[in-house]
Amino acid sequence: MKLGVLFSGGKDSTLALHLAMERETVACLITLKSKNAESYMFHTPNIDLTKLQAVALKLPLIMRITEGRKEEELEDLRQAIDDAVGRFQIEGVVTGAVESVYQSTRIQCVCHQLNLWCFNPLWKRNQKELLEELITKRFKVIVSGIFAYPLDETWLGKELNLDIIDKLMKLEKEFGISPSGEGGEIETTVLDAPMFRRKIEILQHAIEARGNSGVFQVNEARLVPK
Amino acid sequence: MILVVDMNFKKSSLGCLEFVQPILSTISDLDVCIAKHYIDIGQNELAKCDAAILSGTPLKDNTTLNHLEKFRWVKSGNKPVLGICAGFQTIGLVFGACLKKCLGIGMTEITTLQSNILFSSQFKAYTLHNFSIEPTDEFDTLAESTQCIQAFKHKRRNIYGVLFHPEVRNKEILRRFVCEFSGHRRV
Repeated sequence: MKLGVLFSGGKDSTLALHLAMERETVACLITLKSKNAESYMFHTPNIDLTKLQAVALKLPLIMRITEGRKEEELEDLRQAIDDAVGRFQIEGVVTGAVESVYQSTRIQCVCHQLNLWCFNPLWKRNQKELLEELITKRFKVIVSGIFAYPLDETWLGKELNLDIIDKLMKLEKEFGISPSGEGGEIETTVLDAPMFRRKIEILQHAIEARGNSGVFQVNEARLVPK
Repeated sequence: MILVVDMNFKKSSLGCLEFVQPILSTISDLDVCIAKHYIDIGQNELAKCDAAILSGTPLKDNTTLNHLEKFRWVKSGNKPVLGICAGFQTIGLVFGACLKKCLGIGMTEITTLQSNILFSSQFKAYTLHNFSIEPTDEFDTLAESTQCIQAFKHKRRNIYGVLFHPEVRNKEILRRFVCEFSGHRRV
């Protein structure tokens, strides 16, 4: 089955892509770039890096810019997916949804309108196991956004490892933070994964942080051999 | 032992990760569980299990509705069975019910119509279906939404169906089924 993967370049959509590539034919990546920083659906730091990630994956990328207004962004998503149907004859869509019924319901509705399959291979996954699977499978993931107390700018740019996972699990117990960032507490960027032909090297970045909110902005990056 | 039946269109599918694994995560601390694709269910698996749970599938996957011969064991056997979504629809068809077109995507209000061991009163549940069923006289309707029947039970046997997805919201429903019919009763 030919599939398009909704791809933000973060850990969840990249792991969903990995699982999809193991089982089906991934024909393209689909990225929505939201202008609205408050978007529940599509806002992600370093969304432009998906272009470089797509090159590393040797997969075509359909990128659509959305104003990020609540229901209009769904129409933008529908058009992006419809574009993927036209260009790559995809029969279904894969998402990295884990917990959010809000996101998943909306994407299911769009797929239903377009008569497409919809797969959520990370659906309801245990968060600790999901994070550990990334380490086991040798994904290189950095924290690229923090949006909750007591996270601060020292987290930005840190690479996900077992020690970091342990710290996140402790923060879950103490402060109720979702360890995999399901509540939008943490955003991530993937620099390498098993299906990357080359890995991403960051050449220049900037940290913008205030209190418990901040982003690790990749300004310049390149692909290098693995 | 609880047999979790993978109702997806093929083995090891992306749908298995989405619809079977969450059931296993919800109940695996209660009893020994094995997951098998519906094509592979034979006397061996059925003899070993105390009860079976039939999983849901993606919205576009109606494959089992055309493979009813693979589910004769639900009718001819004596195991407690809980069907979820595609499992609900398949059990209904095996017992001669008719499919009824009914689209449900997202959270839906469910009203309990008849007292039962799995749930009570009104609650919200996650739905993902193209069809409900019109059950035969052999079944009691346990719950409904404003649109369609959402749960049934066979009048004389422990065969249940829920159209909504308890593995997404209302996990206690799955756990109650396992607690009631598990051979181990570790809870």
